[in-house]
Amino acid sequence: MTMTGWPLLSLVTFLPLVGAAFILAVRGPEAVVAANARHAALWTSLATFVLSVFLWLDFDTRTPDFQFVEVREWIPAFGITYKMGIDGVSLLFVLLSTVLTPICILASWEAIETRVREYMIAFLVLETMMVGMFCALDMVLFYIFFEGVLIPMFLIIGIWGGKRRVYSAFKFFLYTLAGSVLMLLAILFMYFETETTDIPALLNVYLVPEVQFWLWLAFFASFAVKVPMWPVHTWLPDAHVEAPTAGSVILAGVLLKMGAYGFLRFSVPMLPDASVFFTPYVFVLSIIAIIYTSLVALVQEDMKKLIAYSSVAHMGFVTLGTFTGTVQGVEGALFTMLSHGVVSGALFLIVGVIYDRMHTREIARYGGLVHRMPVYAFVFMVMMLASVGLPGTSGFVGEFLALAGAYQANTWAALFATTGIILGAAYMLYLYRRVIFGELTREDLKDITDLNLREKLIFAPLVVLVLWMGIYPKPFLDVFAASSGPIAARYHAAKSAASEPPRVLRTAAAKQE
Amino acid sequence: MGEFGLNLLPALPELFLICAAMALLMVGVFRGPTGREAAATWSPAHADNARGISWAAIAVLVIAAFLVSAQPVERITVFAGMFVGDAFAGFAKLLILVGSALTLVMAIDYNEREKMARFEYAVLILFATTGMMLMVSANDLIALYLGLELQSLSLYVVAAFRRDSLQSTEAGLKYFVLGALSSGMLLYGVSLVYGFAGTTTFPGLAAIVADQAAEPALGLVFGLVFIAAGLAFKVAAAPFHMWTPDVYEGSPTPVTAFFSVAPKAAATALLVRVMIEPFGPLAEQWWQIIWVTSVLSMGLGAFAAINQTNIKRLMAYSSIGHIGYALVGLVPGDETGVRGVLIYIAIYIFMNVATFAVILCMKRDGKMIERIDDLAGLARSQPMVAAALAICMFSMSGIPPLAGFFSKLYVFLAAVAAGYYWLAVLGVLTSVVAAFYYLRIVKLMYFDEPAPAFDRPLGTGVSVVLAGTSLFTLLFFVYPAPLLGAAAVAAAALFGG
Repeated sequence: MTMTGWPLLSLVTFLPLVGAAFILAVRGPEAVVAANARHAALWTSLATFVLSVFLWLDFDTRTPDFQFVEVREWIPAFGITYKMGIDGVSLLFVLLSTVLTPICILASWEAIETRVREYMIAFLVLETMMVGMFCALDMVLFYIFFEGVLIPMFLIIGIWGGKRRVYSAFKFFLYTLAGSVLMLLAILFMYFETETTDIPALLNVYLVPEVQFWLWLAFFASFAVKVPMWPVHTWLPDAHVEAPTAGSVILAGVLLKMGAYGFLRFSVPMLPDASVFFTPYVFVLSIIAIIYTSLVALVQEDMKKLIAYSSVAHMGFVTLGTFTGTVQGVEGALFTMLSHGVVSGALFLIVGVIYDRMHTREIARYGGLVHRMPVYAFVFMVMMLASVGLPGTSGFVGEFLALAGAYQANTWAALFATTGIILGAAYMLYLYRRVIFGELTREDLKDITDLNLREKLIFAPLVVLVLWMGIYPKPFLDVFAASSGPIAARYHAAKSAASEPPRVLRTAAAKQE
Repeated sequence: MGEFGLNLLPALPELFLICAAMALLMVGVFRGPTGREAAATWSPAHADNARGISWAAIAVLVIAAFLVSAQPVERITVFAGMFVGDAFAGFAKLLILVGSALTLVMAIDYNEREKMARFEYAVLILFATTGMMLMVSANDLIALYLGLELQSLSLYVVAAFRRDSLQSTEAGLKYFVLGALSSGMLLYGVSLVYGFAGTTTFPGLAAIVADQAAEPALGLVFGLVFIAAGLAFKVAAAPFHMWTPDVYEGSPTPVTAFFSVAPKAAATALLVRVMIEPFGPLAEQWWQIIWVTSVLSMGLGAFAAINQTNIKRLMAYSSIGHIGYALVGLVPGDETGVRGVLIYIAIYIFMNVATFAVILCMKRDGKMIERIDDLAGLARSQPMVAAALAICMFSMSGIPPLAGFFSKLYVFLAAVAAGYYWLAVLGVLTSVVAAFYYLRIVKLMYFDEPAPAFDRPLGTGVSVVLAGTSLFTLLFFVYPAPLLGAAAVAAAALFGG
């Protein structure tokens, strides 16, 4: 509860639903409904954003405890409560969701012409689910929001997507569902073992290593698909390519963070022994993700697909940093997530701008855009450099911290991961050169127009954010700091206890004797 | 212990129902058309009569539901211990009455439109409902069988209710032959159990079985297997499901809707009571049967449904799958599990009624259509109907925050709590496979180009039922406590709580 006594988190979470209900009630000719739906969605999401800013302003960065906590009785027979609250890990992701949603709605202003009402409702429902997921402090509540995201996203890809939208929507849905249901069993098991689904309480429960081992795998099945980690990343390029621009933005910006958030919220702090045990495997998968998908990105001919693969690579840094179990690594993972949320979202919007004009995402169809679209070239450059990780942009801070953490944990892992940065520079610069520079030879590009006012409004906050996070990251790192410490401490306690041989094996061996 | 013949109060809802059913039968006969007109398959007079009797029957069902909810929650037995009234029976009876009433409301318009409106329909539903209520209150194998047969005989007739349709009569005949077979198996099991235990009452059996729990007589176990098989037939669990797709497809749609809810709830509740009360100590023996049945049903329900083109057939396989999930809750044989089963069945009834309400809307150029492809583009031609069906489909695949998620949550919780991890894992994985075909329907409605729109208007009864049940499915999560609490009380009643 805030000092003013308002249930601020619930307001931020469910305000979008109010907007959705309003849109549902609008009647009239289709054009009127569409216009009303656009405006209602935009203003609702802006109001949500403003409310969420109050969260940051009132947030106390000195404590790792959960703040703005709300508890209501929900299913008393099972001790499942409606409990919301945020800490340093979740606060900025709530804000990321509330920032990206109005941007997405603005980006879809003209691009979406059919069934606008349903589209806007889907986005507002999606926002509720995303924000709710980051705020939930009860495992069952968390799962409900985590899975609930699938319904609006399935519809967004399937209805407003490209040619292979049906295939992609199904793949997205079934892949993530298959991973998530195993997590549900893990949640049920933890409920049965500890008789609570309260997340703060579970953070203080110690489970024996054998149990941790299986629970960790079940959680991993869900989060690894969501992140996505190699080799379960294959749904991502399909979903990204086929989704409408705004859908890709939310997918890359927020949905991928859900998996990494799960690692930081559940896997590492609740199952530290198993996390220590599995760290080498996670490192291997992360490094493969970073190097392999970067190489794949190099040869892509579709812009969206290239950025989709680059997302997998960037998320590799996140999982790497998370499992280093160091304060730098965890903060780096969080910062990379935040930065990637803004940058990849912006990059998809950048692709969307020229896709709206030329209706193709093929890199070869472009070239020399700088002559006609200087503002666009500038925005693209900022985001491209941020993606590469140039100092002064947000990308640098996160990846630097993650690699610094990795260096402490495992020098080889840091070494291999760093090659990813070089490859990242290669594919992004290569993309930029082919699209922006060179001669403007194609006839149909000769009268392409630069960013209009609406598009400038979309990109302005993103550019500001990227530079702010790169030049003065302290406000963001302060938020992360208090909560990263305990996560790293738990990991370290488990690691030192497990010195040699790993605890999981040791107990297994003791059992055999 | 109530004295024979003196305390009829626990059986009041059943008594009221059966008397009202017979009274309505008389009213229907004497009020209806006479002479030549009566012999005709259909006439406006028939329809008129049917409508009146149907609404009266719905009122009777509602009154019976009030009578059931007014019953005390303590366990009382009457009729020399043949009939038991407890919270478990009360919960199941409410589900049965709600299911019967909702499907009867939907049937009225349909029957008139399809020119099969005859008052006997409503009366038969009342008889079947009485049979079901007797089933869930049975405290003796003989009482169980009587209730089951009263239900089944009514259902056989209802399945063939459209007597000039080849499909419908075929469905009725199939149902009758296979149903008789399953009744035979059940009776055979009952006679074996009687032969080896010397009693048919549930408490008597429980005492004898408890004595033999360590080393039960072979005949007793055989009897148990036959009884379980017979009941598995009635709930349409694999491998005793063969009748389901044909009967679901062939029967008139309102009948299919009815089949898929009320008898299902009754048979499941009966199965739970029989396994827990008299044969509870033999859980070691029967859990394997239930385990295998459950896994086979979930698997079959998930995989066989993928290639279906007829929506009613698809729903048949879907119902087989759902029974598989419900049975997951029965495998542990404990209170948590039974609670899960009851929650599952309750939510399933609402989802299923809503789905069948949509199927009843599938009419084009005055003809009913049943192909899944006919739903193409429904989101544009009838957005509200499509939204309702989409809610049901997402709910049936167990996606939160819809009601279907909670039903799966509680059965899997029971399985995990009792240590049946593999069963839970198989369950969730088949639910992912099943999600595929539920999503296919959403895909048809939302992603595909529209087929010609359905006829309007949809009919008031169907619309109201559809709105009510789909809103229940959508908003269940807001305030789930009452249903979950009632299910917990009902489950506790079986374990002497």
